[in-house]
Amino acid sequence: MCGIAGILDFKGGGIERDILHGMVMKVGHRGPDDTGIYADRHVGLAHVRLSIIDPDRGRQPMRNEDGSLWITFNGEIFNYVELRRELTALGHTFATDTDTEVVLHMYEEKGEDCLRHFNGQWAFALWDRNRGRLFLSRDRLGVRPLFYTFTRGRLIFGSEIKSVLVHPGVNREVDLRALDQLFTLWVTLPPRTFFKDIMELPPAHYMTVEDGKVSMRRYWQLDYTGEQQNTEEGPCAERLKELLVDATRIRLRSDVPVGAYLSGGLDSSMVTAMARSYTNASLETFSVTFGDPEYDESAYQQEASRFLGTVHHDIGCSCEDIARVFPDVVWHTEKPVLRTAPAPLYMLSGLVREKGYKVVLTGEGSDEIFGGYDIFKEAKIRRFWAKQPSSKLRPLLLKRLYPYMNNLQRQPLGYLQAFFHARREDLSHPFFSHLPRWELTSRLKVFFSDAVRSEIGACNVYEELGTLLPPEYQAWDGLSQAGYLETMYLLPGYILSSQGDRVSMAHSVEGRFPFLDHRVVEFACSIPSGMKLRVLNEKHILKLCAGDMIPPSVKKRHKQPYRAPGGVSFFEPGSGRARFEYIDELLSRAAVGEFGIFNPDAVERLVNKFRKGLAMGTRDDMSLVGILSTQLFVHHFIKGFTGS
Amino acid sequence: MEAIEQELRRFVIDNFLFGRDNGFKDTDSFLERGIIDSTGVLELVAFLEENYGISVGDEDLIPENLDSIANLVRFIRTKMDVS
Repeated sequence: MCGIAGILDFKGGGIERDILHGMVMKVGHRGPDDTGIYADRHVGLAHVRLSIIDPDRGRQPMRNEDGSLWITFNGEIFNYVELRRELTALGHTFATDTDTEVVLHMYEEKGEDCLRHFNGQWAFALWDRNRGRLFLSRDRLGVRPLFYTFTRGRLIFGSEIKSVLVHPGVNREVDLRALDQLFTLWVTLPPRTFFKDIMELPPAHYMTVEDGKVSMRRYWQLDYTGEQQNTEEGPCAERLKELLVDATRIRLRSDVPVGAYLSGGLDSSMVTAMARSYTNASLETFSVTFGDPEYDESAYQQEASRFLGTVHHDIGCSCEDIARVFPDVVWHTEKPVLRTAPAPLYMLSGLVREKGYKVVLTGEGSDEIFGGYDIFKEAKIRRFWAKQPSSKLRPLLLKRLYPYMNNLQRQPLGYLQAFFHARREDLSHPFFSHLPRWELTSRLKVFFSDAVRSEIGACNVYEELGTLLPPEYQAWDGLSQAGYLETMYLLPGYILSSQGDRVSMAHSVEGRFPFLDHRVVEFACSIPSGMKLRVLNEKHILKLCAGDMIPPSVKKRHKQPYRAPGGVSFFEPGSGRARFEYIDELLSRAAVGEFGIFNPDAVERLVNKFRKGLAMGTRDDMSLVGILSTQLFVHHFIKGFTGS
Repeated sequence: MEAIEQELRRFVIDNFLFGRDNGFKDTDSFLERGIIDSTGVLELVAFLEENYGISVGDEDLIPENLDSIANLVRFIRTKMDVS
């Protein structure tokens, strides 16, 4: 796992090595073990390395035998052993034992079609000198990031936006449409990022630049059209288990020890159990604990660790910790967040690194592909209710779904119906499943300044999202549509980035995700929805597949979504004082007015609500976290950014 | 009643619109304009009970009573008359 950066000069006028060096060093946290640069007249490729496979010979950028191909690669191709065998049989010779070299030879053999053969998580740039062609690519689900921009006749790219910003030709400006999207969907829609004119290469896409022509193509698509293929539960669970075991097995390929995150839930417990069966050495597991029982899962974590025989480490996270690390977190996420949940994960990767680990397996991805999130159940209940809007019994299921939400328990039917969009006319909405969440989030825009409101004007977030959907989308059932939205947008745009790559690589820790093996994802898409969300039992098929590999209590427990204390973290209870100076500074009327995104008067009222302990509910909470993180974003990247 | 109307208006604008009334009218539906969320209803009820000495039962929690300034004024008046 590593960091990459690069420059392509369309006119072949030469590459400034010092700028390229500055760009890659800006993401030095991604690769503390080594640095390398390749540059000719047309292209410069740079690399910082976190050595995991073949530490001695895997230096990058790497070339093929005759130096006609050069690559800078971030990530892992987990099936490189099998691919190498095939390539060797075809006459290819290898100088190292790395997966990076396999990528070079696969490109020699297959051209851009090589991507379809890779099982892994990657972002890379490959320079084909003979053809004068640059080939950029990113993995199917968007585990590893890649950003780019065009300026002054050059293409500038890097693993993180901060490395792109180092180039002196790159402007730093907030993209207000991205702001509008993030304050609706929680994410920006690829290729849009929070910076105007800086794009991300969308997951499952590649870009080629040849003869001055830039083209971008998708090479893989999430597709639920084949659903109903695997209709028998028993064989389906067996096949799923085989795939998951193999996905985990190849994700243990590493020349350094691999640990695992253990949250106390079904997914991470399964991954840990499968990993445990492949290693004779003691497996070390890691988790976050909270003092507040509303968020804490330590009892389940301890139980899973005991059952699976792991050496377990945990790190306690308090409100003060969240407030303390939050500025660093936003430096790494490179976009605002509406939840503080990335902060504890940032601390967790610090613990992993402190214990000497560079690689961890995690259970991310399962909730998206097997119908695990509450939003899927919620949508199912809402559909059921909307078909009989006058029913007094159907809405009671919503109260059963959220037993821990006291406010919701007291809601009268008329209000529940309006908040949850359980009306007949809502049923045909293409984003039916996500309407309550997105409408609630949109309310945060009341804080936008007049200037921002008028700039955003009549932009329609739903319309832009609608243009990105595949034609088959309308024909899919409700769970498939909702799963698609989560997997295509929230997963790469938030879970794998702000809660994933960015906060783990901040401490040079690589996450690996067995549930996101594309074979597992494709198989999950082919399973009937009723086998994933059976009535209101989430991940039914996965639980069957888990069998007795995990503790019965973990399998049976009510799913607890991973959450962390929110806006209250930033103020001391009682006194209402901000816990750290930066909070007062960035939320002051002066700073809010100067940055121009939010209305100073509105922000002041919200802050006072928090200081007095009167803030309650999701909207207040997301508002404060969203505003503070946006202010931090502007502070870090627009006002205070330096290239050094 | 005018005083109550003004108080309610100030409460809604301060707490739910954070000072940004944007032409908000007394007859505007809180739900349709997205002014309150599920927690907001409970904040509103707590405000009514604390400030007007009325008791709001579960059966009172309907949009006809609580969904606009005008509805609220009418609801409070009825409650006060009863007591």
